[in-house]
Amino acid sequence: MQRITIDPITRLEGHGKIEIFLNEEGDVANTYFQIPELRGFERFCVGRPVEEMPLLVNRICGVCPEAHHMAAAKAADAVYKVDPPPTAKKLRELLYSGFYFTDHTTHFYALGGPDFVMGPDAPVAERNILGVIHKVGLEIGGKVIQARKNGHRVVEIIGGRKVHPCTSIPGGLTKGITEEQRKEIEEIGKWGIDFAHFSLKLFNDLVLGNKTYLDLILGDIYTHHTYSMGMVDENNKVNFYDGKVSIVDPEGTRIGKYAPSEYTDWIAEHVEPWTYLKFPYLKKVGWKGFVDGKDSGVYFATPLSRLNASDGMATPLAQEEYDKFYKTLGGKPVHQRLTTHWARLIELLYAAERIVELATDPEITSPNFHTVPTQTPTEGVGIVEAPRGTLTHHYKTDERGILTEVNLIVGTTNNYAPISMSVKKAAQSLIKKGTVVNEGLLNMVEMAFRLYDPCFGCATHSLPGQMPLQVTIRDSNGNPIEVLKQFC
Amino acid sequence: MAENFEPVIIGFTCNWCSYRAADLAGTARVKYPPNIRLIRMMCSGRLDPAFVMKAFANGADGVMITGCHPGECHYLEQNYKALRRYLLLRRTLAQMGIEPGRMKLVWASAAEGVRLADEITKMVEEVRELGPLHWPTLKSGNGHLVALESKPEEVKA
Amino acid sequence: MSTNAKPKFAMYWAASCGGCEIAVLNIGEKILDVDANFEVAFWPVAMDAKYKDVEAMPDKSILLTLFNGGMRNKENEEIAHLLRRKSQILVAFGSCATEGCIPGLANFSNLDDIFKAAYDSVSTVNPDHIRPVPNFEMPEGVIHIPEMNPILKTLDQVVDVDYYMPGCPPESHQIAAVIDLVIQVIHGEATLPPKGATIGAGISTVCDDCPRTRNVKTIKEFKRIQLMSQIDDKLCLLEQGIPCNGPATRQGCGALCPQAGAQCIGCYGPAEGVVDYGSRLIAAFASVIDSNDPDEIDRILDGIPDPAGQFYRFSLAGSLLRSGKTAWDK
Repeated sequence: MQRITIDPITRLEGHGKIEIFLNEEGDVANTYFQIPELRGFERFCVGRPVEEMPLLVNRICGVCPEAHHMAAAKAADAVYKVDPPPTAKKLRELLYSGFYFTDHTTHFYALGGPDFVMGPDAPVAERNILGVIHKVGLEIGGKVIQARKNGHRVVEIIGGRKVHPCTSIPGGLTKGITEEQRKEIEEIGKWGIDFAHFSLKLFNDLVLGNKTYLDLILGDIYTHHTYSMGMVDENNKVNFYDGKVSIVDPEGTRIGKYAPSEYTDWIAEHVEPWTYLKFPYLKKVGWKGFVDGKDSGVYFATPLSRLNASDGMATPLAQEEYDKFYKTLGGKPVHQRLTTHWARLIELLYAAERIVELATDPEITSPNFHTVPTQTPTEGVGIVEAPRGTLTHHYKTDERGILTEVNLIVGTTNNYAPISMSVKKAAQSLIKKGTVVNEGLLNMVEMAFRLYDPCFGCATHSLPGQMPLQVTIRDSNGNPIEVLKQFC
Repeated sequence: MAENFEPVIIGFTCNWCSYRAADLAGTARVKYPPNIRLIRMMCSGRLDPAFVMKAFANGADGVMITGCHPGECHYLEQNYKALRRYLLLRRTLAQMGIEPGRMKLVWASAAEGVRLADEITKMVEEVRELGPLHWPTLKSGNGHLVALESKPEEVKA
Repeated sequence: MSTNAKPKFAMYWAASCGGCEIAVLNIGEKILDVDANFEVAFWPVAMDAKYKDVEAMPDKSILLTLFNGGMRNKENEEIAHLLRRKSQILVAFGSCATEGCIPGLANFSNLDDIFKAAYDSVSTVNPDHIRPVPNFEMPEGVIHIPEMNPILKTLDQVVDVDYYMPGCPPESHQIAAVIDLVIQVIHGEATLPPKGATIGAGISTVCDDCPRTRNVKTIKEFKRIQLMSQIDDKLCLLEQGIPCNGPATRQGCGALCPQAGAQCIGCYGPAEGVVDYGSRLIAAFASVIDSNDPDEIDRILDGIPDPAGQFYRFSLAGSLLRSGKTAWDK
């Protein structure tokens, strides 16, 4: 059987590779998306004091350390059964909103956006952030740098550092913010709302206004009908920092809304021997393999699924965009996965609005940012929404608060089965007998993967935002007949 | 455990008390096992925990730290520093899998040659019981290291 | 990206988290200086050159490679050797490459236990205790994933390293300074430090940069930060009994964490001339304990429930012992 190996795939945390097998007819028989890495956090965090977890788990991912930091902080609170004071929770959510702002900006402009702004068939050399800038103007590049800087500034003010924040401890934070810092953050939020509107308009003009792209987005190649997952607040509005996890079926019916401590009733993980990463699935439905549908336990966890799993956005401007989104796409839930890029921008707007909301909260500069835990530590679960999926941290400790067991279900992990399915479907739809495999085709296979914003969003502004791909086409004797590469 | 396993013990002795005790044992013809290799420091307080780490990493099966009795340190209080370092080091090494019996702290004055010889003899037997440590040496620069290279070395008596 | 006479630059990540990449990108507009002075030849996170393209480059054709991440598996080591061949200057960039960093904590365990924690976890349904294997036969053919080494190693335990840049991650202003220096060297306006030097950091400790007030320390009790009802935000944290690693950690970050109210956890590695970070910290902590009585000292030491983790949090793989005994002796 002919084999096409794509190795390495870049721009996800760690490394990944894809194997595509072609049958005699030249159609895709199967694809395997393998993760070749394991570092062992669930083992080596055992024996560490629980207050170190927000610091240790930062190092799971240096692009989204804030997500792990917050999940760990909440899990550590739960271990001690301590409720941080309102100011601490608001400050943490404010930091988190700043982080979301940076992260979603990065993905849209450097990774996903170029596919649309330039087009999937655009020349390889232009299909990156540089091409975007040439097309829409140098001003935008400067805005993107500014957006990233601003988001990281919020993280730095509240979290102590830009990368790997250090201020969350069980019961709250190690510091508060001054009035001067509060003002700076408020200005960043207001600037952010304009920037988010600008980004949405860009998407509307360049993408939705272009029939070819619209057809691609609404078409079948990148569509899957699975369960959607996302965290919501008590009004069932999207919330990144706190709430319960809502799950809706492929028709949009909510089948559950679970609190962090209940996660093992809902989520289980499946192991395959050909990859280091596990495949989470809905326990009550069961693992039926890499298939769509209501009877398959596969679910996805992305900005799109968060919108599907909620009843709306908690801030007014984002809610307007949410209504427009579903009206345009013909109702809830939406299954065309490329619309995730749009959903991501709606979340960008929400993040900016939330920054302003929290920065103008009267309690935000209060010096009451920590409650001393009084209970004996035992066990706790903390869940947040990472930009690329629901993030679960589960800790068990001894009576001193030293960890005895750690279980993590990380954002992108939720999407491992859907990504595998999306890549396979795209490959099968695009590679058939007689197909000329060119760069445009390669990129379209990439797009199936890239829309999930797999864990590592590359924050770049002057370097191309495509994934390196090499496809080696071999004849039946295994001799290479054509090697296609794409890079800048 | 080899039948004739001879432990290698590194003995850090202080110049003013315990090294003189070892000297005394020598001149008085009091036997103590040659398994111990003595290293003289001016004071037990000179002991850097890195010396102990290095000893184990480079093939020692045991480490003995000796100094003046509390209150008798030639430099007044520094043997207490050695005591504190020793206690903290012991916990750390235990957590890393090195049994507490492999590191011992002994106070001995310059006159206690016989006693020091006894302590050394005792420790050699205790470490013999524990068996060789055989901390692996690093095979570096060749890449593709499949397993840590463990280098058991027989000590000739 | 045009090919021209600009010297080549590469950045690669082995077993890492990506924070070093973000730290480089956080130099902001200065990335344009990199763009102007270098041809970025290989940077998987940011552009599309692949291993094959690096293999095709002549040896020593890359001027500067920033290599972050630890050596966890065979692939990490292969790429380390590849980039060593192709690069004139190879920098061990960030804590993972210089001393092992957080993933190095896996060296307290062995692979069996690591796999058990991952594949038999409380949420995992794995009745047959399946484990990932390097080669697996599928109906269509055999597919591969890299084999993991028994312990994680640092970059210089695998290849010859020219410079070390510590930090988790190295702070962006330090990265910018190093880039400036290299650009000056390219233009003949400066010389490189001697081979083997640590760059992008100072030679003394975090305490030197920390604005908190320091007095003679006499500690009767080590505290857990979350259990303290009052923390003085102007006074040295260690003095208040909070186990701060500042005294043994190299300066360079600007003492960010103590200024944010959190103890230094030691991410910048050992100060100049120190061979084993943990030993230095053990000595420092032992020195400040205010007791000469063995029982009382033991009681005070109970306040550090995880000494091996406290002292070797970032530096285990690069320490003298390099691992715990269970890593290789089950």
